[in-house]
Amino acid sequence: MLIAWPVIAAAQEFSGNIAAEAISFSQQGQFPNQMDDNLTLSFKPKWSGEWNNGDDAWSVEIFLRADNKDEGREHADIRELLWLHLDGDNEWRVGINTMFWGVTESQHLVDVINQIDQVEGVDGEDKLGQPMIHLKQYHDWGVLDFLVLPGFRERTFQAAQGRLRFPFVVDTSAPIYDSSDENNHVDYAFRFSQTYGDLDLGVSLFKGTNRDPQFDPGSGIPHYVQMTQVALDMLLIADDWIWKLEIIHRDTDPSAYQALTGGFEYTFYGVYDSDINIGSLAEYSYDSRDEGQRGVFDRDLFVGARLAFNDAQSSELLAGIIYDTEKHSQSFRLEGNRRFGDSWKGTIEMQVFSNVDPSDPLAAFEKDDFLLLEIARFF
Amino acid sequence: MPKLKYLIIAIIAIAVLPSLVHAQSAEQRGLEIAQAAKSYDKGFTDFTAKMTMTLKNKAGKTSRRNIRIKTLEVEGDGDKSLSIFDEPADVKGTAMLTFSHGLEPDDQWLYLPALKKVKRISSRNKSGPFMGSTFAFEDLGSQEVEKYSYKFLREEACGEWQCYVIERKPEYKHSGYTRQVAWLDKEAYRLVKVDFYDRKKALLKTLVASDFNQYLGHYWRPGKMHMVNHLNGKSTLLEWADYQFQTGLTDRDFRSQALKRLK
Repeated sequence: MLIAWPVIAAAQEFSGNIAAEAISFSQQGQFPNQMDDNLTLSFKPKWSGEWNNGDDAWSVEIFLRADNKDEGREHADIRELLWLHLDGDNEWRVGINTMFWGVTESQHLVDVINQIDQVEGVDGEDKLGQPMIHLKQYHDWGVLDFLVLPGFRERTFQAAQGRLRFPFVVDTSAPIYDSSDENNHVDYAFRFSQTYGDLDLGVSLFKGTNRDPQFDPGSGIPHYVQMTQVALDMLLIADDWIWKLEIIHRDTDPSAYQALTGGFEYTFYGVYDSDINIGSLAEYSYDSRDEGQRGVFDRDLFVGARLAFNDAQSSELLAGIIYDTEKHSQSFRLEGNRRFGDSWKGTIEMQVFSNVDPSDPLAAFEKDDFLLLEIARFF
Repeated sequence: MPKLKYLIIAIIAIAVLPSLVHAQSAEQRGLEIAQAAKSYDKGFTDFTAKMTMTLKNKAGKTSRRNIRIKTLEVEGDGDKSLSIFDEPADVKGTAMLTFSHGLEPDDQWLYLPALKKVKRISSRNKSGPFMGSTFAFEDLGSQEVEKYSYKFLREEACGEWQCYVIERKPEYKHSGYTRQVAWLDKEAYRLVKVDFYDRKKALLKTLVASDFNQYLGHYWRPGKMHMVNHLNGKSTLLEWADYQFQTGLTDRDFRSQALKRLK
């Protein structure tokens, strides 16, 4: 190890970004003390290196958010602190890591390894680093992932001043755990995945602390129960079509349930002899739980369009609407980004909630229509 | 009687065949040149290289991309190749894996470091620009013989060399071209120039390759490839560096799930 250190120092790489984010809400918040606008900074540096001719590698990635108005959003997290070791058809990862399982766009049912960094976004794509020992094994008949996950990460929540939050302020000081091991419960996960021609298939199993907290009536204290989840994800490419499906069976308290998200993406390439591709997306989500226990995506249809300009600035635009087919609540979202020069990137996001049914979980966001601008410098 | 039948067939065959051969000769000769070019390059096993792309728009404004390439020769199928992006900084760590399959659609995966997600993508976007450049995805793909039908046009001087000029028409689906005219030198089948004709049959782009170097005493690779789009005035200069052949790459280095561990 001592001999390895000079090699590590020599192979070190540094990358990341620093970003300023401005957000403005079109209406006053429905709960007391909620902010109307905000300007925050984030910093995400990453260091990495390798030794033993690349058979061993390390990486550290940190995320920091400075937020003057919402103390719940001001936070730091270690996304990665990892040692990677390659041994033929085995890959070992030991430390803290962030990973992604699944294929659908509107919701990520299968992706349960990492806790969601909820203050960073409602889409569940920002996640907290999870301690793990992870063995990936390659076989001719598929790839196996075995994970041991010691230590549980609590979900992040906005403070009273925050927008896009629950009707109550979450008290994160003393969460309730069903397991007597509390946040030291050791979780396990397994995944099989394989490509069969145009089909990518994954089957996974998770046993441990449910990442989604529950809130007992009248309480703002997160309650973390245990769960066992069996999941299937598949993606099929058929010329201009991509079909996607995620199905889960989650055995948890108060009851076991099933949920799915499935749909397609159809792309028009080079429309009107331009370089622009237009993808049209549609996904439907179903949740078998009783009314009142379900998540946001219970009987929801997501329809969207993705524009890839294929220009030198890699300009992209994604517009989508989530429509609750039972309660008729709607949430419209627009996301665009492009590069400026060689190392700057600008992002615009807009979200509008309309016709929100008071019984829909989205009702807490009803007054939270926003416009967000971010400018990031990459290095 | 059966003997007479065979005799008649033989006479007809002798009379007709030469004219058939003659009628096919331009196509046959074009195909033979393409096969010879492929077989000249056979046995390179694998290579790694660095590629700098300089994009220039009509106003002369430039932007740059740095990409590392790893390619594995596959016996009896298209090559496997890996592109790892180092610049621009916002796509640093992005990696694209392609298993090419001649006439069948290629398998393609993209690793998105911001999401830490390996995403299967459609290889259908053959005629689309690669990273906003004047190179389309199909211009940078594995060059398999069966991807085109061929026709020998002529021989002529091409700079310091003598060249075969052949026409090739894409046989694979979703190409942006109706045909290409390619100049290959007679000595080592170096592809020195290609004219690309669009779906309206107009001259769309011209590729000129130069600064060829020989590796392992046999395999030739260009140091520069310049692609000019005649319709919109944009151009891209592709400069290759650090070519290394037979580096010991194996299938293990070209697994979709291994994209996560590349830097």
